[in-house]
Amino acid sequence: MAEAKTGAQAGERTTRRDFLELVAWTTLGVGAAATLWPFIDSLNPAADTLALATTEVDLEPIEVGQRVTVVWRGKPVFISHRTPEEIEQARATPLEELKDPEPDEARAQRPEWLVVIGICTHLGCVPAGNRAGEERGGWGGWFCPCHGSHYDTAGRIRQGPAPRNLDLPPYTFVSDTVVRIG
Amino acid sequence: MQREFVKAPFKSGVLKWIDDRLPVLSWAYNELVIYPAPRNLNYWWNLGSLAGFMLVVQIVTGVVLAMHYTPNAEMAFDSVERIMRDVNWGWLLRYLHANGASMFFFAVYIHMFRGLYYGSYKAPRELLWMIGVVILLLMMATAFMGYVLPWGQMSYWAAQVITNLFSAIPLVGDTIVTWLWGGFVVGNPTLQRFYALHYLLPFIIFAFVFLHILALHQTGSNNPLGIDLTAKDKIPFHPYYTVKDVFGLCLFLLLYGALVFYAPDALVVPINYEPANPLQTPLHIVPEWYFLPFYAMLRAINFDILWIIPAKLGGVLVMFSSILVLFFLPWLDTSKVRSATFRPLYKWFFWLFVANALMLGYLGAQPPEGWYLTLSQLGTAYYFLFFLVIMPVLGKIERPRPLPESLSEPVLGAAQPQPAK
Repeated sequence: MAEAKTGAQAGERTTRRDFLELVAWTTLGVGAAATLWPFIDSLNPAADTLALATTEVDLEPIEVGQRVTVVWRGKPVFISHRTPEEIEQARATPLEELKDPEPDEARAQRPEWLVVIGICTHLGCVPAGNRAGEERGGWGGWFCPCHGSHYDTAGRIRQGPAPRNLDLPPYTFVSDTVVRIG
Repeated sequence: MQREFVKAPFKSGVLKWIDDRLPVLSWAYNELVIYPAPRNLNYWWNLGSLAGFMLVVQIVTGVVLAMHYTPNAEMAFDSVERIMRDVNWGWLLRYLHANGASMFFFAVYIHMFRGLYYGSYKAPRELLWMIGVVILLLMMATAFMGYVLPWGQMSYWAAQVITNLFSAIPLVGDTIVTWLWGGFVVGNPTLQRFYALHYLLPFIIFAFVFLHILALHQTGSNNPLGIDLTAKDKIPFHPYYTVKDVFGLCLFLLLYGALVFYAPDALVVPINYEPANPLQTPLHIVPEWYFLPFYAMLRAINFDILWIIPAKLGGVLVMFSSILVLFFLPWLDTSKVRSATFRPLYKWFFWLFVANALMLGYLGAQPPEGWYLTLSQLGTAYYFLFFLVIMPVLGKIERPRPLPESLSEPVLGAAQPQPAK
C-alpha cells in the first residue's frame, strides 16, 4: 500500500488512507528539502566574501608597455597598458585567423588599456608574460606554461588547447585614471 | 532470546542481488521493520530514538559548521561571529547545533530516568545499560569540548576549570594538566586538540549507539510492566513504533524549533559573547545546564574527607563517582522486580531522586555559600545514599506487589478465560 492509487482500477477505490499517505509523504518531502537548503546554501560565498567583489585600480603609475596584476574576487586580473604597436598588431589581425573570433574593439573599452582575467581558459593556470622578462608566447601576449596556450596582445587564444580567449571581467572607468573592476 | 534471521522480501531483483551478497538490507529489515517490540510501550520509550535523532542532527550541523570554523585562538571567536553574521544561514546552523546539545541531553536524561524507573538496567540488560553510561560520558566530553570552541569568556574559563580538575590528582596532577593544555595555560594548542577531539568523539558515540542497539535487540526491549514477554505480547516495530516515534519526534521538534527560533540564547550565558581573556575571570561562572547537578556536587565538598582526602580532591572524586556509580547500578539494585509500578517503596525514593537531581541542578547555578551550600551537601548525600544504600537494602526489605503473568492479564482481567495449556 506504499504507493498511492491514482486511478479507480477495477474493484479498487481510493481510500482516505491513500490520501493521508500521499499528504504525509509530500509534507515530509517538502520539509526535508526545505531543511536541506540552508545546509547547501551555507556553502555558497558568504556576505563578507561577496563584499570583496569589487576592486578599484589607480592607473596613473602604470607606464606605457607595462603590465600589472591586480586581485579581483581572489583571481588575478591582468591590466596591460598597451603600446601603439601592440594595439596595431591586435587590430590588424584578421578575424578568420582566430580560434575564438572577437575584434579587439570588443575586448578593450579604451584601446590603450586591456583588462582581462589572468586565468587560462584551458584548465585554470595563470599564464606567464605579465611580468617583465617572462615568456610571452608567439603572439606577444601571454603564454600558459601548463599546457602551452599562446595568447595575443588582446588576450585572444592563438595556439594551444585553450577553448576561449581570456575572459573579460566587468569593469568601468570611474575617471581617466581609475578603473573599477566588478 | 535469539530471533531467527529473516530475509527481507524484495520486489526489485537488483536489491535482492545486492542483499544476497551484502545482507545489510535484510539486517535493517530484521532490526527496524519486523523487530518484535512489546505492545505496551508508553511514550517514555520514545526518548531513545529521539536521542539517536539528535546525534544525527549534531553530526550533520557540526560537519557543516566545521567547514566555516577556524580552530585558532586568534581567529576562533571571529570565525564564530562570521558564521553568525556573514555565512548564509550560519545563524541557523549554529543555533541548531548549540541548542541541539541541550535537546540531546534533555532526551538522554529522560531516557535514563525511564530506565531507572522501569528497571531497564537489570538482568539481562546490564551491558546495555553500561554501554549507555559510556555514551553519556562520551557525550559529556564532547559537549564540554564543543563549548570551548567559540573561545568566548565562558568557553575559556570552562576549559580552565575543567582541565584543572585533573590537578587534584596527587603527585602527577600538575604534569597531567600541562599535558592536557600543551602549554602553561589554556591556549592555542588546547583549542586545537579540543577541536580535533570534538570532531572525532561523535563518531565514537555513533559506534557505541550501534552497540547499544545491538545489545537492546539481543535481549529485547524492557516494558512498563518489567516482566518478560512472550512473542504473543509483541508487535512488529514497523509500522506501530515507527509511527509512534515519528509522532513523538514531531512534538520534540516543536520544542526544539521554539528554542532555536524564539529563544536561541536562552540557555547560553551572555558573557560567552565576550572574547576569551586569559587575564580576567568572569565574576560568576556556571557550566551549561546539563552539567549543573554534577557541578553542585563538586562544590558541595568544601571540607576534607576523613582528614586524609583534601577538599579539592574530594570534590573531584565525588563528581566523577556520581557517574561511575551508574556502572554498578545493575548489581547495587538487589530487587528482582524491574518496574517501579510494582515496588511501592522504591517508587517514592525514585521520585525523591528526580526532585533531588532537579534541586542539585538549581543549586549548581547559585553561588556556593550559605543555604545553597548546605542544600548541595544534603543533595549530594542523598544522590549517593540512593545508589549505595537504598538500592541494595530496599531490594531485601521491600514487599513488591504481585506481578502479572503476561500482558493480557492486566488488560483483560482475571475474568478472561485462559486457553488450555
